[in-house]
Amino acid sequence: MRPVLIRGGRVVDPSQRLDAVADVLLADGRVARVGQGIEAPEGAETIDAAGFVVTPGLVDVHVHLREPGQEHKETIRTGARAAAAGGFTTVVAMPNTDPPVDDPATVGFILAEGLRAGGARVFPTGCITMRQAGEQLTEFGELIHAGAVAVTDDGKPVVSGGMLRMALEYALTFDLPVAVHEEDPTLARRGTMNEGIVASRLGLTGIPNAAEDVMIARDLVLAELTGARLHVQHVSTRLGVQLIREAKARGVRVTAEATPHHFTLTDAAVELYRTDAKMNPPLRSEADRDAVREGVRDGTLDVIATDHAPHHYDEKEQAFEDAPFGIVGLETALGLAYTELVATGIIDFPTLVHRMSVAPARAMKLDGMGSLAEGSLADVTIMDPRAEWTVDPAQFLSMSRNTPFGGRALRCRAVRTLVGGNTVWQGSTAG
Amino acid sequence: MPHAVTPSLGKDLLGLEGLTAGQITAILDTAEAFKEISERPVKKVPVLRNKTIVNAFFENSTRTRISFEFAEKRLAADTVNISSTGSSVAKGETLVDTARNLEAMRIDMVVIRHGASGSAQFLADRIASSVINAGDGKHEHPTQGLLDLLTIRDHRGPLEGLKVCICGDVLHSRVARSNIHGLRKLGAQVGVCGPATLLPAQVGEMGVTVFRRIEEAIEWADVLNVLRLQLERMTGGFIPSLREYNRVFGVTRARVEAAPRDLLILHPGPMNRGVEIDSDVADGPHSVILQQVTNGVAVRMAVLYLLAGGQPEQAEAAKTGGGE
Repeated sequence: MRPVLIRGGRVVDPSQRLDAVADVLLADGRVARVGQGIEAPEGAETIDAAGFVVTPGLVDVHVHLREPGQEHKETIRTGARAAAAGGFTTVVAMPNTDPPVDDPATVGFILAEGLRAGGARVFPTGCITMRQAGEQLTEFGELIHAGAVAVTDDGKPVVSGGMLRMALEYALTFDLPVAVHEEDPTLARRGTMNEGIVASRLGLTGIPNAAEDVMIARDLVLAELTGARLHVQHVSTRLGVQLIREAKARGVRVTAEATPHHFTLTDAAVELYRTDAKMNPPLRSEADRDAVREGVRDGTLDVIATDHAPHHYDEKEQAFEDAPFGIVGLETALGLAYTELVATGIIDFPTLVHRMSVAPARAMKLDGMGSLAEGSLADVTIMDPRAEWTVDPAQFLSMSRNTPFGGRALRCRAVRTLVGGNTVWQGSTAG
Repeated sequence: MPHAVTPSLGKDLLGLEGLTAGQITAILDTAEAFKEISERPVKKVPVLRNKTIVNAFFENSTRTRISFEFAEKRLAADTVNISSTGSSVAKGETLVDTARNLEAMRIDMVVIRHGASGSAQFLADRIASSVINAGDGKHEHPTQGLLDLLTIRDHRGPLEGLKVCICGDVLHSRVARSNIHGLRKLGAQVGVCGPATLLPAQVGEMGVTVFRRIEEAIEWADVLNVLRLQLERMTGGFIPSLREYNRVFGVTRARVEAAPRDLLILHPGPMNRGVEIDSDVADGPHSVILQQVTNGVAVRMAVLYLLAGGQPEQAEAAKTGGGE
């Protein structure tokens, strides 16, 4: 790459407590310098970022790219490009593909496809247990060697507490993050939405908060017991947030996610059986939604992650109970986070960058990412916080359109996304 | 004329939650006029002549399907029945494709029974024909709710202030939800009674009083609507045994006789005699269970007639062939 000088933007990098108008020089795939009045080196491309915000590239540690096996929903290529369009420079792919990612070869395939995608960087995760069946650990060491950054049985809980304890203890060898989808299936009872008055009226089986709470409680205890790194995915309940807050105060090594849909919507969005509001964990009550917001504010939920879950329209065009769980999120996350959390005064802009870049990079130990410190990877998001736009799913780069946010007015948008110093996405309004 | 300006039902009948008291009363009044047809030697009037109706039953049903069929035939509609076995549905066709195929055959109405809550809404959103919900999952069963209202009204007059308790497996019951909405809209007070394992979460927010004990419910109520206990609820762990269910929650003769008021007892059928209701109650003087079945045909005739564009005021004239 030729050097890139991003000039005159407001540089917000919470990893070095930086929030000032400055220039950012990228060279050889790294951040060469951040400062005022940097001269463009010979042959450098200059980007005028005046009026825009320049941040370390956004990192989404929870996406489903569906490849291998479900390429009618999404591919690694389309997912990585959708991520770039959403301002993400790195995504971490969940392993519940078909076949699931439980061997080094599949990890290598995802890594290779990601390198060719021309979008955000793609890092694979491996399963905790073979076939996500909850019975036998995968070869963590082999998976890491092939390029996996974490293990998770996401989409499914690790039902056995004994098995998760083994996983956490075994992960200590590699200091590997273990990410968990918290759901006690005997309490969830094949429910399809939040348990509450909306489910009762609609005649849908509810998933109680308790299905998530008891597993979060159990796994925090196990993380404390083992001393391993626990990453709690998509927290949706008020007690879950509180349990994590208390565990962090005790020094338990836990990171935790909030999704844009859980801090934006409630189960009222399911009215009229809208399958684009069906996801797991489900949209919950207002009290839960507010607790998730507060968790993001105080850092209990240190990571904003999308749980980007593309589905083909045929699959969502079914009776509510028959439709699959999940919504796409890569191309709406930044706008939702800004509109719902920053514009409302819940968090300031540097905190948004922390939750969407610095903290997720740290949670998954992604060296060189989530920072614009000199020597970091030249992954940069340039965004326009004044942009006002309306979500139009037809414009998504993702192959899927399953979002409850179509038609929603949002503020803030990525105008340019650079990975390793190369522009991988540029919006029509980019400067 | 009791209804000088009658609110139209709109295109579909999906549930009672979406109806006004005026609309519900209009259906009941129309049903009242149609009751007499079933008592004639020639039980047929040309009200729905040249209308085509599909009865799409994706779930087993005997009584509701037959009740709809009689209602349609007595109004002279052309009807076709499809069921899940032996149809394209069994071959994996999606609900949306079934809907589009029905639509393509230019039918006027679909009566749908389906195991998924919201399936009637799903169909109604996608086809121009009228959709009548004959039971969607655990959501609503509006014609059952209407026939229950009509039966109560027949015996007790206006429902305003009447205390009606719905007893049993409210959690899985579409009948319960339609009853709760319909009764409340007409001004009745509604109670529910059953083990907490079989009551929906936050059911109190639907505007009902929750009774933990059947004795307390009977003490309170003017009317009991006793729901069928699906026998698989026992294997599902909701109750320990049918024997214990009958002992703790059963509507027994002793309990009914101990009631402070003359109870009216309904049951949507089919009954599990000796489980949720004892035979001597079901067959006894308080029971109006068979009249519910009779009223079911009249209510369904009324719904078909109104959705086809008929006016309640003209129901009498329509019966003699004068209305069109």
